[in-house]
This record gives sequence, structure tokens and C-alpha cells, in this order.
Amino acid sequence: MAAYVIRRLFISIPTVFLVVTAVFFAFQVIPGDAARMYAGDQASVAAVEAIRVELGLDQPVSVQYLSYLKRLISGDLGISFITRRPVTVEIGTRFANTAILAFGAIIASTLLGIFMGVVAALNRGKWLDYFLSVLAVGGISIPVFWLGLLLMFLFSLKLHWLPTAGNATWQHYIMPTFCLSVYSVAFITRMARSTVLDVLGSDYVRTAEAKGLRPKIINIRHVVRNALIPLITTVGLRFGYMLGGAVVTETVFAWPGVGRLLVIAVTQRDIPVVQGILLVFASVFLLVNIIVDVLYSVADPRLSY
Amino acid sequence: MNLKYFLRNYPTTFLGAVIVLVFIVTALGAEQLAPHDPNWVTPRHSVRPPDSEYIFGADHNGRDILSRVIYGARISLLISMTSVTVGLIVGVSLGALAGWNSKYELVIMRLVDMMLSFPGLITALAIVAILGSGIENVIAANMAYQIPMFARLTHGLVLSTKPNTYVMAARSVGLSDFYILLRHIMPNILGPIVVQGSLLIPDAIMTTSALSFLGLGVSPPTAEWGGMLQDGIKWFRLAPHVMLFPGGCLMLTVLGFNLLGDGMRQWLDPQLRIN
Repeated sequence: MAAYVIRRLFISIPTVFLVVTAVFFAFQVIPGDAARMYAGDQASVAAVEAIRVELGLDQPVSVQYLSYLKRLISGDLGISFITRRPVTVEIGTRFANTAILAFGAIIASTLLGIFMGVVAALNRGKWLDYFLSVLAVGGISIPVFWLGLLLMFLFSLKLHWLPTAGNATWQHYIMPTFCLSVYSVAFITRMARSTVLDVLGSDYVRTAEAKGLRPKIINIRHVVRNALIPLITTVGLRFGYMLGGAVVTETVFAWPGVGRLLVIAVTQRDIPVVQGILLVFASVFLLVNIIVDVLYSVADPRLSY
Repeated sequence: MNLKYFLRNYPTTFLGAVIVLVFIVTALGAEQLAPHDPNWVTPRHSVRPPDSEYIFGADHNGRDILSRVIYGARISLLISMTSVTVGLIVGVSLGALAGWNSKYELVIMRLVDMMLSFPGLITALAIVAILGSGIENVIAANMAYQIPMFARLTHGLVLSTKPNTYVMAARSVGLSDFYILLRHIMPNILGPIVVQGSLLIPDAIMTTSALSFLGLGVSPPTAEWGGMLQDGIKWFRLAPHVMLFPGGCLMLTVLGFNLLGDGMRQWLDPQLRIN
């Protein structure tokens, strides 16, 4: 097992390296002078040149790339053009807020999605299945930002039950978490329904039925257990996509997280912050994929590494 | 297969097809259908609620929301169709090349892995951060996600089709690689690719609107649903109808494509048809 984890980590090194390289070089082609952006519009030519030398921007791109790699390894993501604070600080102060939102949403959507999917599959063809399927296709179709606005209108403006923006109290967590969960709940419901249907058609379920096991026991012991295995991948993938959803959700609810920071940084062309967030998101995404693969091998005894 | 049979057995697919058809007709016939000029500013109609003349009401600039929604359909159709079509052609070619010839496989699939190490919207944001906003760049931002998605799918499909005897037979009679790929492999893997394509169209529509909603997509004053929603935010205390209709149309369109895609998947996947 440990050997598999280590091997899996090693396999992703080239991808990480490619991502880092792409993130560095892609932002080289941007028009505009990074030293000028960092110095500000009012700075004198001499001041801009001093900053250019200080940041190493007078060096050839290959040298800059190597020093970028060196700084990355020591955990330095550069300095924000706008706030002049280290990018690691900018991301660090907001990361927990996004993580809480994403974890809350993934737990809620896993539990709810699997439950709804299993219920739908076990009631295949009945009105409950139909109702849940309609709900699920609606859930994957509703735009997160529109849903957020509708919720805000109803629960904040009309009913005055929940606050609109920020993350001061526990009430602030309800709408953003719900908003971020809806797509994943719907997605997981659909996947769970189809995997359970797959398992229901398998030979070992027929065998269990043939030997006279009660349907309840078949459903719990054979069907749901086996259907859960492929769902690990689905849930893992959804977690990665939470980061994309977080960008929109955080913007709607003025949530002080990394997603909103990314939007602000892109708007202000704060390149070091954009690069830093891209690297952090890619790392999280790849790490989640590795965890998913490992969990998969734990959950499915047929796979051995 | 007649219409009645289709309606009875695939009611949701039929609904999806109707919605998609209405969306396409609206987008193509925007000039004929829109009752007003979508960009005509009339300050005295600012945030006018829906009535008989302005069926969806007017926005903060007094522009007719119905007309803007209709023209917004055109932008959505243009961007999503262009990016999915290019994504399909380029992505399928790259994926087929990687699956067929191991010489290119490593390079192409590593690049695909790299592109897909971000969620779609994050990739799109990165592209917009590099290129700036605007229609062409939003198309590019969508393609940056669509191309690797198609490539990864096609790569897997070609790999799984290659060992078939009919491919070996075609090779042994000396047909060219290109001919085998085009005439023997493609017809057998086209189904899943088309299904993927039909499910990536709503993805592209959503990403486009999300970018505009974040203020990083299609530039105002061009009517785009996400951009209209962003306007709606500032006004939704006073005039909730400004954000209600563009969002509703966006959801309906995405729903239509999803229902149609589900139906096509069922139709093309015999295993699902049994279920």
C-alpha cells in the first residue's frame, strides 16, 4: 500500500512540473511591463528600473524561470502587485475559508447524493424515482450564481432569515454551502442511481435473490456496498470541481476565500496572485486525485497494488 | 419510429429537443423576434417592472430585458457552438493520434493531463487572465477545456478499439493509418464522442455566462445572460426582475441540452437502454 502511494506520488511529478512550467511561461506573453505594474503608475523610470533589477526581470527568461523554480521549492510564490504582500500570505489568510466551504459542501452532497441516488434506483420506474431524477437534472442545470441570487432574495431580503454577505456567524455558512452543494448533490445522485442500477443487474445479486435472502439485506449488503466503490471516483472529482464552483459562490456571497481572490486578481491583472492560486488549485486537484485512487484500491479488494 | 412513440417513451428527451430547438431559432432569428433594440437606452424606463409592452421589464438603463435575453441567446449559441466544434475537431484528432501512435502519446496525453489538472472554470479564468476578456477570448477559454476533454475521451476509445480483429484485418491488407482511423475506428467510437459533445455544450454555455457574471467574459454593453445577471445583482433589492429572466433562460437552455444529451446517451448506449 505504502509503495503504491509513493509510486502514485511519483507519477504525478511530471504533471506538476508541466503545470508549473505552463503557469510560468503562459504569463510571460502578457503585454505590459511587470516592473512597471509593481512600481505603480506614478513611479519614476529610475524606480521602475531599480525594481526590475530587484525582481530579476532584467535577466533572460530562462534565468527567471530557474529562479522561479528555486523560489517555488522554498515556498515563495512572489509578491502581489497590488497589496505588496507575499502571495503565500494572501492565499494563506483565505485558504481556510474556502476549505471549510468546500468540505462542508462535499460532505453534504456525498451523503445526500448517495442517499437520493440509492432511493431512486431502488424505486426504479416509480414516481419517487421520477421525482428525484427531475430534481437531479434541475440541479445540474441551475447556474450557481443565479441560484445564489434567488436564495439571497428569498431568505435575506424577503424573509430576513439569513445574512447576505461575509462569514461572521454560523448563519453565514448556510446559503454558500447549499449553493456550492446543489450541483454536486445532483451529479452524485445521478451517478449513484446508475451504479446501483448496474449492480442490481449483476449475477451476484441474482444469486442472492435465488438463495432467498430478504430484499433489505440484499440491498444493504450486496447492492449499496458494491455501488459505493465507483462513487469514490465521482465524489473525488466533484471535490476538485468544488474549487471552480467556489469562485462563483464566493463572489455572489462576498465570501473571503481563495476563489474570490482569484477573480479580483484576474480583474486587477495581479499576475503573481493568479499564478499562485493556479498552482495551489492544481496541487489540491492532483492531491485529491491521488487520494481517490488510493481509497479506490482500499475499497475494492479486487484491485491490488 | 413515429413521433407518438417517441413522445410516450422519451418525454424528457422530447422536451429537451424542443427547448434546444427554441433556443437555436431564437438565437438565429434575434432580429425578427426581439420587440426592441437590445442596446437602446431609455432612462425613463429604468428598472421598469414587466408589463404588456416590456414583457420581461427593463433594466437599470431602461433597455428591454426580453430583447436582451433574445440577443443573449445568440451570443451563447455562437460561443458554445464554436468552442465545442473546434474542441471536437482538434481534441478528437489529437486523441486519435495519441491513441493510434505511441510516438505522440506521451507528449499529447501529458499536455492533456496538465490542462485537466484544473477544473474547467479555473482554466477559463486563467486563459482570460492571460488574453483579457472579449468574445474571442471567451471562446479560447472554453476551448482550453474542451480540447483536452475530447482528446482524453478519444484516446481511451481508440485504445480500446485498436485490438479488434477488424482493425487488424484492415492493417494486414495494407490500408493506410489515416484510412483505418477514419473509416474503421471513427464510426465505432463516434457515439460516445457525440454524447460527450452534447453534454459539453451546456458546460460551455454555463462557463461563458459565469465568466461574464464575474465581469471577465463578454464585454458590456453586448447582451449576455451572465453579464445581465451581474447587472441584476446591483438592482435586485429594487428590481428583482432584472436578474430573474436572464437566469431563468440560462437554466432552461442548459436544462434542454442536458435532457437531450441524456436521451442521446440512452439511445447510443445499448447497456443503458436495457436499464
